[in-house]
Amino acid sequence: MKLNRYKRELSAAAAYAALLIVVAIIAPSFFSTTNLRDLALNNAPVLLVAIGMTTVILVAQIDISVGSQFAVASVAAGVLAKSGMTMPVVVALVVLIGAAMGSLNGALIGWLRLPSIIVTLAMLVAWRDALRWTTGGEWVQDLPAHFQWLGLGQSLGQWLIVIASLLMLIFFAWTLRNMAAGRAVYAVGSDAEAARLAGIEPTRVTFFVFVLMGALVGLAALLNAIRFSTVPSNAGVGLELKAIAAVVVGGTAITGGRGTLIGTLIGVALLGTIGTALTFIGINPFWEKAIQGAIILAALGSDFVLGRVERMRAAHVN
Amino acid sequence: MSNQVLLCAIDIDKSYAGVHALMSASFELRAGEVHALIGENGAGKSTLIKIITGAVEPDAGKITLNEIAISNNSPRVAKHLGIAAIYQQPALFPELSVAENIAIGLEEASIFSRTDWRARKRRAADLLARVGARIDPDAEAGDLTMPQQQLVEIARALGANAKVLIMDEPTASLSEEDTQNLFAVIRQLRTEGVGSIYISHRLEELPLIADRVTVLRDGRTIDTRVMSEVNREQLIQLMVGRELSAVFPKRTVQIGDIVLELRQFGCSESGVHDVNLSVRAGEIVGLAGLVGGGRTELARTIFGLTRADQGEISLRGKRVNITGAAQAIECGIAYVPEDRRRHGVILDLAISANITLASLDQFSRMGALDLSREREIAGDYTRKLAIKTPTIFAPVATLSGGNQQKVALSRWLVTKPSVLILDEPTQGIDVGAKAEVHALMTELASQGVAILMISSELPEVLGMSDRIGVMRGGTIVATLDRSEATQEKILALALSH
Repeated sequence: MKLNRYKRELSAAAAYAALLIVVAIIAPSFFSTTNLRDLALNNAPVLLVAIGMTTVILVAQIDISVGSQFAVASVAAGVLAKSGMTMPVVVALVVLIGAAMGSLNGALIGWLRLPSIIVTLAMLVAWRDALRWTTGGEWVQDLPAHFQWLGLGQSLGQWLIVIASLLMLIFFAWTLRNMAAGRAVYAVGSDAEAARLAGIEPTRVTFFVFVLMGALVGLAALLNAIRFSTVPSNAGVGLELKAIAAVVVGGTAITGGRGTLIGTLIGVALLGTIGTALTFIGINPFWEKAIQGAIILAALGSDFVLGRVERMRAAHVN
Repeated sequence: MSNQVLLCAIDIDKSYAGVHALMSASFELRAGEVHALIGENGAGKSTLIKIITGAVEPDAGKITLNEIAISNNSPRVAKHLGIAAIYQQPALFPELSVAENIAIGLEEASIFSRTDWRARKRRAADLLARVGARIDPDAEAGDLTMPQQQLVEIARALGANAKVLIMDEPTASLSEEDTQNLFAVIRQLRTEGVGSIYISHRLEELPLIADRVTVLRDGRTIDTRVMSEVNREQLIQLMVGRELSAVFPKRTVQIGDIVLELRQFGCSESGVHDVNLSVRAGEIVGLAGLVGGGRTELARTIFGLTRADQGEISLRGKRVNITGAAQAIECGIAYVPEDRRRHGVILDLAISANITLASLDQFSRMGALDLSREREIAGDYTRKLAIKTPTIFAPVATLSGGNQQKVALSRWLVTKPSVLILDEPTQGIDVGAKAEVHALMTELASQGVAILMISSELPEVLGMSDRIGVMRGGTIVATLDRSEATQEKILALALSH
């Protein structure tokens, strides 16, 4: 029964395990420390965004503006650091800026009940072009020395990024399972009207989920930016697709109400390593996107099949 | 009126999940007659109509048209044979023009053929003229008034050469004048040989329009009479007379102080107005009335789901202003909605999570849930209410209807309410679960909970209630004591005058 409840996650994990086994046989050098570290570093920001995206999809909404928010937050991080602020202040401000962008989405979607796909599509375009207009396409350069790796040095900084992301994952996984707020997220996503009848305010839950999404994008942008000595003004293009794909592959139902962050972790890992893995196996990396697409379809297909089986079983019990 | 039999429903049986909706029901419609079909909520009128129009397949029995049995009935087949139905809410496409609405389903054309707009408009104009409607065929259907939309639907039915016209409460939202216009159209159709089945709760209009009347009760055909030979009282007599099928576990309990009191209470948004009602501790007050009488709307307004904007509501003598479900819960009000599958429980969530959902504050400290206490309480209620499940972690979707209802009830018992509002608490659940729910209500009443129960089942209302409020047109038109209430009295009050 218990395993049964996590079958979506388990099927993603099985797919990932299969991939790793194939790689281990054909190209064991994939498991070198350097390679694994690079993969972890590259995927840590995606994981943070995917955590937020999981909660957004759990309440049966979507946010396709995260890539543009990511770019705005990245540039903000650079500009704020250049203005002479200490890094802890920069970190706090960038997270706040992210939360502010998220709260704008949340207000429009939660309180005004506009469709999230349209609202965040508008934001995707608006933030991206506003940023292009403001920066003139220029990158933020001549950053102070304490910006890169937060002044901690490369190896400590790298650890910080990975550990911070995993801590966030653990914290929010715990929250979704063990806090009243997490319960409210699942309830609203399953059936907003039923949740309302139970005394939960779906508008409020939706609003705060988008605020959280924005804050996590801010954090992800900052942790990504500090890896480099300059901040590009076109960061995060396509990030929304990566995050949504990871969440779906990880077994979260796109219709809301069902899914876990453990599944999302597996989804990020699977989609985030497949490109590199293909290179190691010796397959042309141009196949990466096509294979990612196939994995997403497979995940949705299994969702469809599992859903049907479940409904049939429910009908049988009745 | 000719005597030629047009449509016949013979020994129709239909049950939904073990509940008999129709039991060898029969019905006969002659060409050129208006035949009224009446019965209480749940008597089987809608099911019979759905079977005639092919929307639902009967378990047994057959439908004949001109003495030929209809095989493989479906909405498409029925339409083809000339059976048309018009419902209380017109089903037009609001963005399309009147002419287009009439054309849909009438024009048999491949998707590549060219549309003859002029012919389409001409036909629409002709049909509208036949029903005496002055409506521009180019007008958008959504811009028409409700009576105009109904006429468009009738015109469409005529265009399809309907021989059988079924009307389900067509006058429910019409003014007196529009009703008379509609009747004129129906009388015109009668002379053309169309047979009409006319469903209405407005008994007083039946003598004006109907030739014969058939009464359904509990899925059976009780009688068919010539309209001019029966009066209102006799019809009511035929509609009720339902046997008390179960012995209700009603106990006399100590009735305490007034817990919930409504004075001139109302909500313009949902049409509830001027409600005066009090419920005392330990008392079960039944709310009877027909669908559309405003019972659910009243319950939802008390619970703060629609905003009350008239009169006042007091709890234990203290005036309160309830603005939402969360606040209602805080005030000690619990509401178990009708249609539990949609809103009473959350199907994806585990039984345990459903049971604690309305009292998460009680189970959490600083927002963190005490999962072991949740398990304990959920286990307690699962045992107490005999919810049949292998584990409390199973999603509620896997339970039967009766067990889902018990989960919905458990959720609200956990909140320890002082006022419990139950909306159709035993609708669609089996006899055993029903008895358990009734026993539980009695138990709660003896603990001093004030219970307001909405039910369309008169025996249940009579069997369980200490007092009965009858609703019609959004307000309580009378309150009867247990000792004076009868099915006839309640129904007479619930039907309009």
